[in-house]
Amino acid sequence: MARIEVLKTYKIYIGGAFPRTESGRYYPLKNKAGRLIANMCLSSRKDFRNAVVAARGAFVGWSSRAAFNRAQILYRIAEMLETRKAQFIEELMQQGSTAKVAESEVNLAADRLVYYAGWCDKYQALFGSINPVATSHFNFSVPEPTGVVSVLAAQDTSLISLVNAIAPVIAGGNTCVVLGSESKPLCAVTFAEVLNSSDVPGGVVNILTGKVSELHTHFANHMDVNATIYYGDDAAVIKTIQELATLNVKRVFIHNKSNGSASDAQSPYHILDTQEIKTTWHPIENIGTGGAKY
Amino acid sequence: MAKKNTPNLDFNSSWNYAPAPEDTKHINLKKQYDLFIDGKFVKPTKGKYFDTINPATEEVLAKVAEADETDVNKAVKAARNAYNNVWSKMPAAERGKYIYRIARLMQERAREFAVIETLDGGKPIRESRDVDVPLAANHFFYYAGWADKLDYAFPNRKPQALGVAGQIIPWNFPLLMAAWKIAPALAAGNTVVLKPAETTPLTALKLAEIIQESGLPDGVVNIITGAGKTGAAIVNHPDINKIAFTGSTDIGKLIQKSIAGTNKKLTLELGGKAANIIFEDAPIDQAVEGIVNGIFFNQGHVCCAGSRLFVQEGVADIVIRKLKDRLETLIVGDPLDKNTDIGAINSKGQLDTINKYIKIGKDEGAEMYQSSCNIPKKGFFCRPTLFLNTSQSHRIVQEEIFGPVLTIQTFRTVEEVIEKANNIPYGLSAGVWTDKGSKIFNLTTKLRAGVVWANTYNKFDPTSPFGGYKESGFGREGGIHGLSSYLKF
Repeated sequence: MARIEVLKTYKIYIGGAFPRTESGRYYPLKNKAGRLIANMCLSSRKDFRNAVVAARGAFVGWSSRAAFNRAQILYRIAEMLETRKAQFIEELMQQGSTAKVAESEVNLAADRLVYYAGWCDKYQALFGSINPVATSHFNFSVPEPTGVVSVLAAQDTSLISLVNAIAPVIAGGNTCVVLGSESKPLCAVTFAEVLNSSDVPGGVVNILTGKVSELHTHFANHMDVNATIYYGDDAAVIKTIQELATLNVKRVFIHNKSNGSASDAQSPYHILDTQEIKTTWHPIENIGTGGAKY
Repeated sequence: MAKKNTPNLDFNSSWNYAPAPEDTKHINLKKQYDLFIDGKFVKPTKGKYFDTINPATEEVLAKVAEADETDVNKAVKAARNAYNNVWSKMPAAERGKYIYRIARLMQERAREFAVIETLDGGKPIRESRDVDVPLAANHFFYYAGWADKLDYAFPNRKPQALGVAGQIIPWNFPLLMAAWKIAPALAAGNTVVLKPAETTPLTALKLAEIIQESGLPDGVVNIITGAGKTGAAIVNHPDINKIAFTGSTDIGKLIQKSIAGTNKKLTLELGGKAANIIFEDAPIDQAVEGIVNGIFFNQGHVCCAGSRLFVQEGVADIVIRKLKDRLETLIVGDPLDKNTDIGAINSKGQLDTINKYIKIGKDEGAEMYQSSCNIPKKGFFCRPTLFLNTSQSHRIVQEEIFGPVLTIQTFRTVEEVIEKANNIPYGLSAGVWTDKGSKIFNLTTKLRAGVVWANTYNKFDPTSPFGGYKESGFGREGGIHGLSSYLKF
């Protein structure tokens, strides 16, 4: 008799743990032939709120890590992803990709993580400045992470959309809650397993599966979220997010083809989106200027 | 503990300042001001005008036009035409030269601007003369130079102007805010429709005069006056590409909401409730000056005012005693007098708001202390006010008062004060006073605020980016960072 395969239960990722959705709800994920692949968690508002608590808790630690350390951790994510290449390719194929497309998507995902790993300790020099003020003060500006970021990842891909959404946000020292693709959710959960084994502290990235239509309002109106990023074209969703974001003056970023901000581009400016510029002043002693020469 | 035999300082009986009023004879104010649209002063469509008064005397200074939707349409159309036909086609270096001209004309007429600013807004002449007007001119001078250098500011990004910018500014730094808005917008290649606040429109209209003198092409800058309705018409105008707003967090949220679903770019510079933190190892006398400058500069009408004082327990008694002594020396009164430290509250409405909060503070059980100074019978004035024994949950600690009212709390540890300082929806600015460098950097890193002043307070410069975290808004004004708010890539 053939061996009975051990199937994987796909769960969500909150605070470094893999709980089931508290709602107990699920949606069936089927392949092209209509066969059940898995029952995915249909995450709820409560799951999202729990994830925000985890993300806020992780923020101080993650944002105060040395930039070099964050770089090593992002590089470590790429390493872990690469070692699971076969698994990701298989999942992508289950969700409808050809072998060739699946492989190039996984390669791109790993390379993109390496790209952002490299930026972790460099964007500060690009976006910071020393400001030559006219008074006797030393004055400089540096980018700092904005805080907790909620992200609705692009729906069209399973893995690369997730990496595009997460990497620039955490490279900049933010923590995040991300909703994966509804129709292609498998890699979201498996990518969470990669994060879990990559020295990324629990809570820095939290990943949910479920419906944009159920969750986008909560992603945008939570009072302890500092920024919301939406990858997609739905004008009604965009308007709702922008309206709800005003409750606590969230920063909102929309990535889609119609506004020319292609979701597949890699750029340090995606890091800058979720940075705040802080300027510090300090007096420079200005007595006895007639004295020492140098 | 305060020593029992500390002598009471007497600042009044032996030494009195002779009045030193600034001359107003050279000031040339028209009786009535029209809208500045397409390079010309034009009457408002409906023919409506409102009074702008001197808050120190309650006398009417001039009548100012009220722009309605039709007027806003005209201004936007003028700005659009100027953008399409002139401004976007002009070589960037030439654009810059016009901005330089404006800076120079403003410097030449600096005293006139300073006096009008003080007449219309109530701020001490010393401040408008030494801070507002020179900084405004410097802002134009600084951004003028960026006009032909944008590619160096954003390498590989091909920066482009947005088009027409709608700009709405507050009454606390009327001319300076106009400069913060107009200068970077023009340098980046945009044209402008600007609305000054209804209580302080005069220096913006004077600015329109020098813009006319400068020969800036018609329609590149349009300045229209009015109240909230006029502002709303700008915000909701479909042919505006960018909204820049400085003002209260409540209005900022409304604006953010009204442009949801549009492609308008937005920057918001909103309210604040800054922590000013005094450590035991601070230079105490300097810190006391910093506290005074932090909260009483411009009558406390400053979004980045240091309105929440945190004093470490070991020095609380001496800091509070010195602060009370210093309060007694502050001269409250005629804004045109060069000795005046605290001028008039900007409007009756704002004075009512401040008095409402003072009552709330007393009702909440905080201990109030006010300077014993005399205040003029006419005009809108408020004594410098301290509230001791306050706690985080007090409304006077959580809400922006926008007046000369300081709340005082004490703390023991660094962790405690960071937690308290950050525990507020705002995040515009903060102050730290200590002689220990490593402590300064610890604090400046952990305070969630866009500007941190260490051993100084309320300093501004065109090269230095200004703007908030959290509900204090987004985007920066000043410096290289102030350019990107007016560009697309």
